Amino acid sequence: MSNTSIQAGQREYHPAHEPHPENGTSLGFWLYLMSDCLIFAALFATWGVLGRSYAGGPTGAELFSLELVAINTAFLLLSSLTFGLAMLQKQKKNVNGTLGWLAVTGLLGLAFVGVEVYEFMHIYHTGATIQTSAFLSSFFTLVGTHGLHVSFGLIWLVVLMVQIKQKGLIHANVRRLNCLSMFWHFLDVVWIGVFTFVYLMGVL
Amino acid sequence: MSEPTTMPHDPLLGRITWDSIPMVHEPIVLWTFIAVVLGGLVMLAALTKFKLWGPLWRDWICSIDHKKIGIMYIILGIVMLLRGFADAVMMRIQQAMAFGDNLGYLPPHHYDQIFTAHGVIMIFFVAMPLVTGFMNYLIPLQIGARDVSFPFLNNFSFWMTTTGAILVMVSLFLGEFSTSGWLALSNLGNQNPGVGLDYYIWALQLSGVGTTLSGINLIVTIIKMRAPGMNLMKMPVFVWTSLCTNALIVASFPILTAALVLMSMDRYFGTNFFTNELGGNPMLYVNLIWIWGHPEVYILILPVFGIFSEIVATYSKKRLFGYTSMVYATVCITVLSWLVWLHHFFTMGSGAAVNTFFGITTMIISIPTGAKIFNWLFTMYKGRIEFKPPMLWTIGFMCTFAIGGMTGVLLAVPPADFVLHNSLFLIAHFHNVIIGGVVFGLLAGINYWFPKAFGYRLNEFWGKVSFWCWLVGFWVAFTPLYILGLMGVTRRANHFDDQSLQIWFVIAAVGVAIIAAGIGAFLLQLVVSYFQRDKLRDNNGDTWGSGRTLEWATSSPPPVYNFAKTPVVHDVDAWWDMKKHGYQRPTKGFEDLHMPSNTGAGFVISMIAMVLGFALIWHVWWLAIVSFIGVVVSSIIHTFNYNRDYYIPAAEVQATEDARTEQLARHV
Amino acid sequence: MSAHDIHAGHGDHHEEHDDLHVTSGDYIKGFILAVILTVIPFWLVMADVIQNRTTVVMVLGLFAVVQVVVHMVYFLHMNGKIQGGWTMMSTIFAIVFVIITLAGTLWVMFHMNANMMPAHKDIPALSQPAAPVAAPVAPAAQEAVAPEAVQEQAAPAAPAEHSGHAK
Repeated sequence: MSNTSIQAGQREYHPAHEPHPENGTSLGFWLYLMSDCLIFAALFATWGVLGRSYAGGPTGAELFSLELVAINTAFLLLSSLTFGLAMLQKQKKNVNGTLGWLAVTGLLGLAFVGVEVYEFMHIYHTGATIQTSAFLSSFFTLVGTHGLHVSFGLIWLVVLMVQIKQKGLIHANVRRLNCLSMFWHFLDVVWIGVFTFVYLMGVL
Repeated sequence: MSEPTTMPHDPLLGRITWDSIPMVHEPIVLWTFIAVVLGGLVMLAALTKFKLWGPLWRDWICSIDHKKIGIMYIILGIVMLLRGFADAVMMRIQQAMAFGDNLGYLPPHHYDQIFTAHGVIMIFFVAMPLVTGFMNYLIPLQIGARDVSFPFLNNFSFWMTTTGAILVMVSLFLGEFSTSGWLALSNLGNQNPGVGLDYYIWALQLSGVGTTLSGINLIVTIIKMRAPGMNLMKMPVFVWTSLCTNALIVASFPILTAALVLMSMDRYFGTNFFTNELGGNPMLYVNLIWIWGHPEVYILILPVFGIFSEIVATYSKKRLFGYTSMVYATVCITVLSWLVWLHHFFTMGSGAAVNTFFGITTMIISIPTGAKIFNWLFTMYKGRIEFKPPMLWTIGFMCTFAIGGMTGVLLAVPPADFVLHNSLFLIAHFHNVIIGGVVFGLLAGINYWFPKAFGYRLNEFWGKVSFWCWLVGFWVAFTPLYILGLMGVTRRANHFDDQSLQIWFVIAAVGVAIIAAGIGAFLLQLVVSYFQRDKLRDNNGDTWGSGRTLEWATSSPPPVYNFAKTPVVHDVDAWWDMKKHGYQRPTKGFEDLHMPSNTGAGFVISMIAMVLGFALIWHVWWLAIVSFIGVVVSSIIHTFNYNRDYYIPAAEVQATEDARTEQLARHV
Repeated sequence: MSAHDIHAGHGDHHEEHDDLHVTSGDYIKGFILAVILTVIPFWLVMADVIQNRTTVVMVLGLFAVVQVVVHMVYFLHMNGKIQGGWTMMSTIFAIVFVIITLAGTLWVMFHMNANMMPAHKDIPALSQPAAPVAAPVAPAAQEAVAPEAVQEQAAPAAPAEHSGHAK
């Protein structure tokens, strides 16, 4: 393992052993989340511009059930907590503990999506569809995009649970779990924006 | 191509009917199709005859090597350049002849598709792939790494970009392309229900995924994989400009994605985002798309600024002047590029306050660029300049781009823009900066780094011919457009009544012919160089002798692992520093090298995604559902593959390095 | 795939060096804070506590921002150290661009709507804000077919106020 130093002078131009660059998966995934932030920014901007364009049709005050939204918020917030508990189990290298809390998280996430679908169907059945006005187009799109993200997260959760069951908490799976954790909490952050700017302000 | 009408819908074939095949009634398309089929058959025959299918699949399609992927991006860009340029030639000919009673040979509907395709192809499938290809090839080499952070994603990104290009090409022969311009500003919502706009949307959405992922990939690579000792202010300037470019990509492409999704929802689900009724607001689309659109042009130019920085230093045999100010200028441009977008629609009625703000920011953004030009000039000052083709391109760029930039500042003045918006002056301006900047830079870069990638230099004579034809041709083609624009002529017109304008269009057509000669010379340069490759061989690795950055430390072409031993960096211009201190390359003591494995998964997933795009364009719903599930399932299956890397044994590294030692000895 | 596979499956070497040791305390604290920061806004709106609409909006916005920070710190463990400070840097960049996008869009569109809205027929016609000069036509009539040109000669498209019309 000789370094090729130069004849005179002290500079070494190669390390003694090949360095291992640090894994970039977490940073890379975080950057993806930042790009997702900007997709939501565009959708929120659209909501900001079109959110009061009722076209003579129903308004948020008429359509939104804040009770339902509160329940949904509770589900999502709880699921963030349970995901955190899953990560604590992962830290202790406890596969079953991790899987257990992930399963709870998944159920809460499923409940969230279920309530949201129920809410959408309810609104739809009053005759307020995605075509009725720009307000409704932006509402369904913004909230629906968030819901789709949660749904994809759920699929990912199930796949990852299978992979953890198969291979245990190896490094690759831990990396994936870290990414899903970031994804899940990020969705909760976006939801803060949704319930504040869409629902709470929408009924004012 | 008939006017878009309500299209029939068949459960099996969606909107596809016999009428979707335009060549049945369009001779131009028919002949193009025949040419493409013949050319394709020749290529397939050659691949079969020389038994290249295996190597093509294993060594190229499945390759996750950043060097191969970079080359593939550049090949894609050059191929699409020919298509985009053909569109330009067709437009110039039409505009040179269509006056008064002469309607030209392109009816309006066809002409609209051509200018749309020209813009879409040039920006998304020529400039972006070329720029991405350069960044892909060079970044790991310049930072002393073996590959990018996410090699599989790199491969996947390339194939997603290619699927977009393929969809655009398919639109030639099945259906039609969009007629709404390269940003689809004028046909929103349900105003143009034909397949053309859908081809546009899905081509961009698919390639957009590739671009965004590539952006993330390269940022993480630059942050995490730099060689020991290379802190941020010791990176080559090209790496700095790439870092900022990719930050812009990751931040801005999501806006494009969102805007196109909203437009798609208007088209597929009847929503009211950009309609003229029920609360919709078409200007919101304009606003959103330009929030993306302006950073996009900086995405195109910043890497090229980096290329020029490298070239100027190498051919002036001097350290780049003002490294720190270059870095700060680049970061300034990155941030400022987010604050100027409204200058693309001053005339749309936001009023004086808004226009003033954006007019001022637009003028401010020219300042850091000016700083860069001064840095290049100061680098050249008292340097021992070699006027090789890359340097010619650089000087051509500095003159051409500077003027183009100035016309931009002129347009930044809202009252002036009220006269010049969407006139030929605007066309001349952006071609001035894109051709003078991006195209000249890419051609400079190709001449500069081709030897590194392929092991032999490019023929200089044809390089110079190409340069002069491009330079002269550009000015002959676009100066008339400046004049016409100042006279008030609008863009995108396929016919004029005022005969006095014709002479300018004829001159412009002559200019395009000269550019065509430039492109021809470039292609000839590639062919001639190939046949002269032994004479032009680069046996050394430091092709130009005065290389300053780490890629010149490797052989030409570099081995798959780039560096047998990771370098340690002590100074900016790491290779120059090594040479100055009498560096000897290591000839023994190698270790097993950790490398990523090739895979076909990226190609497969992308192709299924392309089928999805096609199905959505043609409303073949069953196929859309099946291919969507296919994409999800194949991606999940891919995640079950944990076996993604391997080690190159030290013995093999030794053998490769020994071969290079021998080559260096033979050609001292 | 290649003949070099001898040490397959070695993804394990290059792990991250972030010392991210979280405790249940973090999550519980974060959860409780988040609950409080959620319940109050909901209560403010559902119980119609504050009359002034602008005030409510600002308060809601403030609570949202604070809760986002709570999530970032307690759930996402954001600090300036992890990933060499790059997470923080990229977050700041993203926030800046998000703010520019939101503020810029709202500002631009608000002004555009204000200037470009067609006058209601019951309001005496105000002098139109100097309509943007359409791109000047060449001396002879141009048979410009490009939709772009046609759009410019027509009145700038304005979001229509017509309500309730089926499409």
